[in-house]
Amino acid sequence: MSTLLIKGGRVICPAQDMDRTADVLADDGKIAEVGKLGGVKADRTIDAKGLLVTPGLIDIHVHLREPGYEEEETIASGAAAAIAGGFTTVCCMPNTEPPIDSEASAEFVVLQGKRAGLCNVYPIGAITTGRRGAELSEIGSLRRGRAVAFSDDGDCVMNADVMRSALQYARMFDKPIIDHCEDKNLSSGGVMHGGYVSMVLGLGGIPAASEDVIVSRDIILAEMTGSLLHIAHVSTAGAVEMVRVAKAKGISVTAEATAHHLVLTDECIRTFDPNFKMNPPLRTAEDVEALRRGLLDGTIDAIVSDHAPHSIEKKQVEFSFAPFGVIGLESTLGVLATELVADGLLDWPQFIRLMTVNPARIMRLPKGTLCPGADADITIIDPEKEWVIDVDEFKSKARNCPFNGRKVKGKAVGAIVRGDVKMSPRDR
Amino acid sequence: MRWIRKHLLGLEELSAEEITAILDTADAFSEVSRRPRKKVPTLQGKVVVNLFFEPSTRTRTSFGLAARRMSADVIDITRAMSSIQKGETLIDTARNIEAMGIDIVVIRHSAPGAPHLLAKVMDASIVNAGDGCHEHPTQALLDIYTIRQKKGRVEGLTVAIVGDIGHSRAARSTIWGLKKLGARVIVVGPSTLIPKHITRMGVEVCYHFDDILHELDVINLLRVQRERLESSPFPSTREYARLFGMNTARMAKSKDDVMIMAPGPINRGVEITPDVADGKHSVILEQVTNGLAVRMAVLYLVSGKQPDKLKVR
Repeated sequence: MSTLLIKGGRVICPAQDMDRTADVLADDGKIAEVGKLGGVKADRTIDAKGLLVTPGLIDIHVHLREPGYEEEETIASGAAAAIAGGFTTVCCMPNTEPPIDSEASAEFVVLQGKRAGLCNVYPIGAITTGRRGAELSEIGSLRRGRAVAFSDDGDCVMNADVMRSALQYARMFDKPIIDHCEDKNLSSGGVMHGGYVSMVLGLGGIPAASEDVIVSRDIILAEMTGSLLHIAHVSTAGAVEMVRVAKAKGISVTAEATAHHLVLTDECIRTFDPNFKMNPPLRTAEDVEALRRGLLDGTIDAIVSDHAPHSIEKKQVEFSFAPFGVIGLESTLGVLATELVADGLLDWPQFIRLMTVNPARIMRLPKGTLCPGADADITIIDPEKEWVIDVDEFKSKARNCPFNGRKVKGKAVGAIVRGDVKMSPRDR
Repeated sequence: MRWIRKHLLGLEELSAEEITAILDTADAFSEVSRRPRKKVPTLQGKVVVNLFFEPSTRTRTSFGLAARRMSADVIDITRAMSSIQKGETLIDTARNIEAMGIDIVVIRHSAPGAPHLLAKVMDASIVNAGDGCHEHPTQALLDIYTIRQKKGRVEGLTVAIVGDIGHSRAARSTIWGLKKLGARVIVVGPSTLIPKHITRMGVEVCYHFDDILHELDVINLLRVQRERLESSPFPSTREYARLFGMNTARMAKSKDDVMIMAPGPINRGVEITPDVADGKHSVILEQVTNGLAVRMAVLYLVSGKQPDKLKVR
């Protein structure tokens, strides 16, 4: 049984409110001990002096495109991108072809993740068969296939009665329903945020109301059913406020935000660059401000990438014709370390919490901690490393990153999954 | 001033000086259209491609004629004959055309930003002839040119733009241009077709046409584009004509020297009654004539020539 010693790093484990210089010992894929371990000898030692040592980062919202769109990303290429970006666990959305709406398809995702042998890969199952919003999929079977949550991501369940049933049914399995909130009647024809910029550019608008209407509907349904509701990629000030109020009332709702919604605004679309096109769309500076306040006061629980690869040819077209979605596994940490931590909004422990223990709790995963006995999933971060995001160096197959060319500070330099070193600071 | 722009993509990014330079250059070209032999050698040896992905009669003809009057070679490519039908992307179409050695592309496209995409991937000059609901700069320039020609100025005039502001690229370009030149602009139309944020462009909003008629120096009547309307933003064209159509009764309430414009094609009896369209206040056909001079000026300037070097002989 092999042992791994990570020496002398600043160990940040928000699950235990830990932030101190220490050594971390992993034994047989589990965390054995954290502390001053001067005399301990291990099979492998990593010098983490000047680096942050955190629980493995968890991204609960990615699209790895397999099965069905392997030319855009595979579970193996997506897992490689995750590791490069510092993520040791990802949860894959079910909008594949076929969709992940059966036990076998969920098991396929798990199996491909194991074959890739990089990060932990968990499937998210579809709420409804074929993600068509009509009949519930076999949520119990999906759970047996290791699905960790249920979502029709990208295709909001428009029928409130179906959503109510899904919430009620998923309760049995103590797993959340993840909600892409978009009233498709209000967003119809929209390609960007509906506001001043869309008006000037003559592009169809997706109004903030299309998100807010469903957030409000589903918070009401979550209250009624007492089930776990997780709001995906919150993008509007209105949604942040509704989640805040719901939490204060004790409703079991959680929320996540993406790096792009926390940093960019609809002004970016003046370039007509389809790498700024995603759904929900980039909103206004006021929305960005509200999201950041939401991070600060705990309204927003987690940071995600919503990594959505598209082939170059699909994105190199007129803005209106390009598909929604941008990639983020390899840019999220650097961008937000710069925008949120270096700029002083959050400190490192607050930031790491949003990518470790919080997402683990949302998904009810026994991860996101360096407690002895936990899986030895560890991320090592160089907080001072300045680098330029360059899509041509990405492990992802896709290049549609809105942060390409951006100068950032802070980079994942090590990733350990169940005690196995997948990326080491020495590879730097 | 020195003209430095390689493309004409919209009026939002132009300065008042640049707009005035185009109008002054158009003044010099307008005389060419009145000659018996309507041709100058200005763009001899240049190739202009009209790349039209949406149906268009007057804009395409106007650009084609403008280029030919300056002795350029003109190629017309429309959607029906292009390889877009065979699945070719806009960028590939552009690169293939460019490989044949061309100088200026005039593009009309349903997607906002399509001309901007071409400007990124081509070496040729790009002229926007209408991109979705975004901009239609030459339509706005010819409208403003006509206003300046008839009224002697633009600054200080009160101009109403009436109709479907939300879906109108010409309205957006016209608003940018008129505001930069110091006009007061009022947009008039059904509340469903006036975007919420339009006042940030510096215009006033009015839903009751009759209330402001007495203030208006110029009335620009947009076409009711039923084909662009997905839902029903107003109950019927009959009601539209009642609330926003220009007719004899409204003419009587207007200033004596009010000027009636329409970008065309017009729906007689909807946004304008025939007697107004054909009446003495209407400049609709002069707009078309001026369109040629304005487009000659635009092609001349984007081809790298300077406004003050112009000698039309």
